[in-house]
Amino acid sequence: MEKNEIRSKLVVIGGSAGSLPFLFEVLPRIYSPIQFSILIVLHRMAGTDSNLEALLRSKCSIPIIEVEDKLPLQDGYIYLAPADYHLLIEEGRSFALDDDEKIHFSRPCIDVTFQSVAQAYGSRATGILLSGANEDGTLGMASIRKYGGLAIVQNPASAQMPVMPQSAIDLGHYDRILGIEQIVSFLNEQV
Amino acid sequence: MISDQELNILLEDIYRHYGYDFIGYSKASLIRRVKRICNMDKFGNLTELRHRLFEDDSYVKRFIEELTVNVTEMFRDPSFYRALRQEVIPALATKPFIRIWHAGCSTGEEIFSMAILLEEANILDKALIYGTDLNATVLENVKRGMVPLDQMKKYSENYIASGGQQDFSSYYTAHYGQAKLLSRLTDKVIISTHNLVSDSSFNEFDLIICRNVLIYFNKDLQERVLQLFESSISTLGFLALGSKETIRFSAIDGNFRKLNQEKIWRKTK
Ligand SMILES: C[S@@+](CC[C@H](N)C(=O)[O-])C[C@H]1O[C@@H](n2cnc3c(N)ncnc32)[C@H](O)[C@@H]1O
Repeated sequence: MEKNEIRSKLVVIGGSAGSLPFLFEVLPRIYSPIQFSILIVLHRMAGTDSNLEALLRSKCSIPIIEVEDKLPLQDGYIYLAPADYHLLIEEGRSFALDDDEKIHFSRPCIDVTFQSVAQAYGSRATGILLSGANEDGTLGMASIRKYGGLAIVQNPASAQMPVMPQSAIDLGHYDRILGIEQIVSFLNEQV
Repeated sequence: MISDQELNILLEDIYRHYGYDFIGYSKASLIRRVKRICNMDKFGNLTELRHRLFEDDSYVKRFIEELTVNVTEMFRDPSFYRALRQEVIPALATKPFIRIWHAGCSTGEEIFSMAILLEEANILDKALIYGTDLNATVLENVKRGMVPLDQMKKYSENYIASGGQQDFSSYYTAHYGQAKLLSRLTDKVIISTHNLVSDSSFNEFDLIICRNVLIYFNKDLQERVLQLFESSISTLGFLALGSKETIRFSAIDGNFRKLNQEKIWRKTK
């Protein structure tokens, strides 16, 4: 059990303005079941898109769960960060929520979750940074790389709002720049 | 970088030295807070922080206050307050006397919201609202009834979304950048420091509200606190938690029935 947990992989996806179309295109094309887990952290307006979970669920065969406090992480799921909390990984691989001040005007903040995932998963973490209009996620990508994980940015040319992926690229905090098709293939190659 | 182990040692030393028990708190969040304190107070590393903390007894108060997160809002999650209005307030209204406990109430925004609900149901007069927190400094604001004026637009929108029909601005007066709640909204509030980790029950309540406090605790500590709540709620009383918190994994779950989509339960046994 303990060992299994340590072998699990996590792909954490961060996005802001303009990232939803990407998710609706990519997630339904991932073959189910998955042997790892996916965590999606989006800048959301509190209360406005509370049916995002249902929407994604209607399009994906992989089970989607909106995170609640202290939920244990398990392989095979897509987890969605809830609006209005920062999301952290707690020791023993469960989720922890934090009400702390907004960062980059955002809660959840992508940097916060990416940094926490980096520390908990090390080389078993992959970060994917999508479209967005601010620089959240860049420091998170740096941290994923520092702990031995893989940092992928969406090709800014394919992003509705290129600022977020471009910011990580400008500072050199990435390993690969991939388009939508390549990200789909990448996810389908993970075992 | 601060490891879980370094944090544990720090927390144990704080407990031994000062009696404050943060050992059962969620580590991921505390590590962020400790780093934040190091940044704010210019400690280059954990050793410098430890030195200050254990050599200078006056510093611990600040440390504890900064370690906990005090963010709060009025009418946060309007649908929660709508459910209180529709399903909890009518049940409370049938009682001759109403006791409500806000555990971890921070600067009081949640209490002010509750007082407005009670006022609008014409039952504020027969209610007592207990506001408790670990942090004595935030509690000072509860009696003052002050809220930053620049937040009132948002709170007013929340209030309307929760089903409020009055003119929200009639509940406060503006004072130098602060909104001061009408004193009749805070008159029925009793404040006291109370530590959910170590203090016990102090009364019986018809409604306990503890939102966004349990997220900072690990599962064992959550269980202790939920049992404390269970023993402090009258039969057919209510328990309300934050929108991402639950009693589903707790032993007390069997004695409560969930009311609706919101995180509100009613004690059935
Ligand atoms: C994020 S605030 C929540 C405020 C409010 N309930 C809300 O949801 O808007 C958490 C509060 O819990 C308090 N707290 C943390 N640990 C506590 C403990 N052991 N006992 C009592 N209060 C505690 C903190 O001081 C802080 O004011």
